[in-house]
Amino acid sequence: MAGKSLSAGKSLGPIRRAFAPWNDPAAKPFIQFQNVTKNFGDFTAVDDLSLNIYEREFFALLGPSGCGKTTLMRMIAGFEEPTSGHVMLDGQDLVGVPPYRRPTNMMFQSYALFPHMNVWDNIAFGLKQDGMPKPEIAARVDEMLALVKLEKFAKRKPHQLSGGQKQRVALARSLAKKPKVLLLDEPLGALDKKLREETQFELIDLQVKLGMTFVIVTHDQEEAMTVADRIAVMDQGKIVQIATPAEIYEQPNSRYVADFIGDINLLEGHISSTEGGVATLDCVGTGAKVQVIQDGGAKLGDHAWFAVRPEKVTISLTPPADPSINAVTGEVWDIAYLGDVSIYHVRLATGATVKATITNTTRLVERPITWDDKVWLTWSRDGGVVLTR
Amino acid sequence: MALTDRSSGHSRLRWLVVAIPYLWLILLFLAPFLIVVKISLSTSAIAMPPYTPALDFTAGLGALWEQIKEFTFDNYVFLTEDALYWESYLSSLKIAVISTFLVLLIGYPIAYGMARARKEWRTTLLMLVILPFWTSFLIRVYAWIGILKPEGLLNQLLLYLGVISEPLNIMPSTLAVYIGIVYSYLPFMILPLYATLEKLDETLLEAAADLGCPPTQAFWKITFPLSLPGVIAGCFLVFIPAMGEFVIPDLLGGSDTLMIGKTLWAEFFSNRDWPVSSAVAVVLLAILVVPIMLFQRAQKKAAE
Repeated sequence: MAGKSLSAGKSLGPIRRAFAPWNDPAAKPFIQFQNVTKNFGDFTAVDDLSLNIYEREFFALLGPSGCGKTTLMRMIAGFEEPTSGHVMLDGQDLVGVPPYRRPTNMMFQSYALFPHMNVWDNIAFGLKQDGMPKPEIAARVDEMLALVKLEKFAKRKPHQLSGGQKQRVALARSLAKKPKVLLLDEPLGALDKKLREETQFELIDLQVKLGMTFVIVTHDQEEAMTVADRIAVMDQGKIVQIATPAEIYEQPNSRYVADFIGDINLLEGHISSTEGGVATLDCVGTGAKVQVIQDGGAKLGDHAWFAVRPEKVTISLTPPADPSINAVTGEVWDIAYLGDVSIYHVRLATGATVKATITNTTRLVERPITWDDKVWLTWSRDGGVVLTR
Repeated sequence: MALTDRSSGHSRLRWLVVAIPYLWLILLFLAPFLIVVKISLSTSAIAMPPYTPALDFTAGLGALWEQIKEFTFDNYVFLTEDALYWESYLSSLKIAVISTFLVLLIGYPIAYGMARARKEWRTTLLMLVILPFWTSFLIRVYAWIGILKPEGLLNQLLLYLGVISEPLNIMPSTLAVYIGIVYSYLPFMILPLYATLEKLDETLLEAAADLGCPPTQAFWKITFPLSLPGVIAGCFLVFIPAMGEFVIPDLLGGSDTLMIGKTLWAEFFSNRDWPVSSAVAVVLLAILVVPIMLFQRAQKKAAE
């Protein structure tokens, strides 16, 4: 167990950095979706989807509402049965196994705490259900209360707790039975921003400490990026991309993923050259040439988009040395001052807007670049990616 | 000073709104009740009205005081002396308790089924529960006579099917009274039960299942405890009127079916002993005040 080797005070770096079973062809998947389809009447919630999740992984299912992420999770818990395909857990086929016989536990979005039981009884519920001897139940519940720092609230009823405390009780209750997989359904959605951020880090800490497999469903991309080892971005019942947070952000495989995660600028055009691992894109309208280092995704003549994050675009009043490559010009249309950064909206001659982020490293007295200034936007050859879909 | 004028007008209006229900209760509940209490303290007489003293408010305070001095608790003492009365109370209590339990037993599955039915069906089902109220209560009880009497529909059907060879004597009997009460008060149980069961968050049952609890156990550990406010409301709504029920035992019950409502009626109309029947009514109310107060406490607790 990872928990045993984790000594207090050490960062999670060594564990999190070394953990990448998805790159190991010999690793056995812990949870497997094999060609799973789920229909609700005419509506296809999950569409012929296959997915592997590994033991001790913190896996995020990310997507807009209605993309099928919750249905996918509910199929692990047993609240939905697939219309076709198989869901395997630790080598066992889960299809047909009722939820009360599955070695998984779920933390519900609404917490679903039993309102007529106090905190202690809520946490003990699953243990009593297993017929655990009373002294063991007491020890386990106390351990869980200590884990979520709610020892003093054992006798409280759920309606006497704050949102953050309820969330902790729900977490303790779902962890009490030491499930093989913990399912988290939008677990932090009801908390305010500050508490949510704190809790995200506590979740990571807990997951590493307990050495458990966590699957989280969220529509909040920041949350997924913070907690997860890998993210599956979903759209209309299909997985668009599965990768680590950094890969998802830096190497999105489609405009959908690029647009869903963070802010993105898209320039449309055609590939005019792919020589030497560098793709050249002739932009529609502006005629600007974009050169990007790539590993062969885009072919000559492809209709493609250049995607670059605003923080990777440099804004300047003077033209670059070679204004014909990786540069566009326009006028500052609007400035969003966010305190730590300012986002410049630059309108090109074609009418398209390109965003550039500037970090405010000094106190803002007078903006060096302001509204209606004619500016140049530039980026490096490895600043963005070329997308063909 | 337009502001003060307006606000005082406002408070006067508020006072009026609060006063209306109180006025209603004083006029239509408290005043008649005090009259009944007064009669219960009087002595039976062959006169019109059939008791003395008949208070004469025009004769002056002194004469009124003389009349009040005639008040007596004899009627209440009499209730303890004749076994008929406390046997009636006990029998009523027994019938009310057992029928409340039966109504709960039948009403709970119906309410549960309604609450779990598809949304578009629920209004229709609710309508079906309320539908009998469109017919007079009295007519519905008479209809049961037609069904239960020896040559009635039920016996005819059972004879036709060959289940029995001789008609059953269901009516008149205490069994028929149970059938009548259970039938008549079923909606009063179903409606509050449905209201609590429909509000029940189904994710709680998912959470229970997730923690290893099969559906039957989840019913007793989650659904039933959380529906207790509805169970309590329904039980009181059935128990309180069933306790004082008169029409059903009178029409469906035999001479051996003892209920306090029937005793009261006989005392009032057959014996023309207004003071004793008034005392019976006052004691019945006193008995019912206890569960009514318990009911209100339960409601208050549920509201917290």
